[in-house]
Amino acid sequence: MKKVLAIILSIIIIFGWFVTLHGIGSFDPIWKQMKLGLDLKGGVYVVMEAQTNAKGEELKKIMTQTQAVIEKRVNQMGLSEPVVTIEGSNRIRVELPGAKNADQAIKSIGKTAQLQFIESDGTLVLDGSQVKDAGITSDKEHGGYAIELKFNSVGADAFKNATTKIMNGQVHSKDSSIPNAAIMIVLDGKVISSPVVEDVIPNGVATITAGGTGGFSQDEATNLSALIRGGALPVALKEVQTSVVGPTIGLDALNMSILAGLIGVLLIFIIMIAMYRMMGTAADVALLLYILIVFWIFVAMHGVMTLPGIAGFILSIGMAVDGNVIIFSRVREEIQNGKSVRVAAASGFHRALATIIDSHVTTMIAGVVLFQLGSGSVKGFAFTLMIGILASLCTAVVITQVFVELIAETKTFGRKKYFGIKEVKENV
Amino acid sequence: MFDIKHQFTFMKYKNIYYIISIAIIVLGIGTGMIRGFNYGIDFTGGTMINLDMGKQVSTVELTKIVKDNGVNADIVAAGKDNHQVIIRTVQALNTDARAKLLNSIFDKYNLNDKAVLEVQQFGPSVGDMLKQNAVKSVIIAAFCMLIYIIIRFEWKFGVSSIIAVFHDVLVLIAFYGFFHMPINNPFIAAVLTIVGYSIMDTIVIFDRVRENLDIIRKTKLDELIDKSINQTLVRSLMTSVCTILAIIPLCILGGQTIRDFTLPLIVGIVAGTCSSIFIASPIYYQLCNATGVQKYKAKKKSKK
Repeated sequence: MKKVLAIILSIIIIFGWFVTLHGIGSFDPIWKQMKLGLDLKGGVYVVMEAQTNAKGEELKKIMTQTQAVIEKRVNQMGLSEPVVTIEGSNRIRVELPGAKNADQAIKSIGKTAQLQFIESDGTLVLDGSQVKDAGITSDKEHGGYAIELKFNSVGADAFKNATTKIMNGQVHSKDSSIPNAAIMIVLDGKVISSPVVEDVIPNGVATITAGGTGGFSQDEATNLSALIRGGALPVALKEVQTSVVGPTIGLDALNMSILAGLIGVLLIFIIMIAMYRMMGTAADVALLLYILIVFWIFVAMHGVMTLPGIAGFILSIGMAVDGNVIIFSRVREEIQNGKSVRVAAASGFHRALATIIDSHVTTMIAGVVLFQLGSGSVKGFAFTLMIGILASLCTAVVITQVFVELIAETKTFGRKKYFGIKEVKENV
Repeated sequence: MFDIKHQFTFMKYKNIYYIISIAIIVLGIGTGMIRGFNYGIDFTGGTMINLDMGKQVSTVELTKIVKDNGVNADIVAAGKDNHQVIIRTVQALNTDARAKLLNSIFDKYNLNDKAVLEVQQFGPSVGDMLKQNAVKSVIIAAFCMLIYIIIRFEWKFGVSSIIAVFHDVLVLIAFYGFFHMPINNPFIAAVLTIVGYSIMDTIVIFDRVRENLDIIRKTKLDELIDKSINQTLVRSLMTSVCTILAIIPLCILGGQTIRDFTLPLIVGIVAGTCSSIFIASPIYYQLCNATGVQKYKAKKKSKK
């Protein structure tokens, strides 16, 4: 039974490492899929503070809108994997991995209102500041959903004039693809919608329908209304923190970390075998699986590896080693107390378990608290630490046990010298 | 494969440990207070610009250019052959001010954007927030760990292990103070790592003490603690050696940034290992004595 399990585990480990390093089919190697933080890869991040006195729910709403607007702007820059997050209560953090021209990027993020309503001949009707609200409503005529726009009094007048002009046929499109009666809604120079005017709209309330059959879907309508509503940044932003890491520095840090990590792990492997012989070999197998698990979970959860993250990883390697060392010390003690290798292996594990669980749970508590409360680097640290602790618990307790007990049962390796013990004379 | 056959006595010399560790902390933090801690711009607010000039340039000349832009800055040469310069200022320069400054440097030395290796800018309020947030998180984390240890062990174990954690953090701060190491973002990561390591290390020893309290009756408490420490000594050494081994290559190969960050980790792990033996255990012993628990048996429930 244990033999089968050990064979299956070995296959999983070999296969897992193969996929991790080489990838399989169209599946990229795991190490290439790992997302790297700006401190390792290079790139720009900027933290901006909203200049507002709003509090509570209102502030939350403003921040979510700001986030959406900035996300839209950032996505238009064509950078890979930009990240826009709300930090604390009134800060927005924008991360642009691989951004080359930092200053330009930062500027275009923070620029204010660019929502415009334009007639088909290019005349400006009104801009975002005159839009009071935009929301979704059901489209009674076509089914589905429509967008309802509300303008302020200046906007209402402008819209009334424009629609009157259009209905009188006084507007002539410059572009054959745009009908004469269309009003283009433009966000940051991009047309996001160009509804056709069907009537004079005198009261400042306009409805955009999809026309044709079915109207807008709920998602489409929500999306478009959010864009119109949020096209303008709802609040002024002040740059409070910026970081630009050039690609050379980032790349150096990364290559070095990988090489250093490999050497470090190799040293641990050697010292474990030197100290605990066959048990150490089992521990190394467990560590191989441990690293696999941490990598895979990390990638699967879209974690971003940063320097503090590496610290968390190192600490959890320490804990994984510790789990094994606690078990082996126990097993050796049991052997020295006169038990046979087989019995010692089983009872050593049993006695070490409580210790391992207590030390892991305590550190896990720290990890969870730091993850919940911390921001930025603290969070990155806590994230790798938590994954590491779980992986360590599972490999130290399950994998090491299977392999050590298996070794203890075989005739050749089940002898004491393979467990790092020369002779047993003393009786404690 | 080494075994430690000798049984060390630890508890006897507890006052010496206290004196040594207080001396280290006072010396380090004292030095730091007198000379001033080397706060990075993360904490003070300010701007750091690291440029690759492609050749050695006169910092005096550069200082003048920077000054012409209305910026007061410290400028030092760095990197291989001193081809890099690091410009540090306590003013938080926003994007426009930075662009202006950089452009005038680019013009003078015929450089472009590629010369920019790194730029960090922190508004003055960011540092306070960073500090408060980190301190708050660590204190709440320590409190939660305390609760867990009190539930799983008892309050004396909890209190002494948390004291050891704070001791280690103080030793780390002393290290930063004594060697004038820059206190910036990695400092927070180092503190967190130490909190995690210290508590783990202490728990393993206390776990052994707890177990021995249940099975050994006729030994004095200090002897029992000594025995427990001896039983876990090989493990304590192995674990700290292995963890440090994982860091040393990073420390040697990594650049300045990584070294600033790994060196404190090594200090912290050494402190964490030592404090479990030399601080947490004696304090536990003294707490037991102070609360008048029987010398032979610190635990009441002993049915097994």
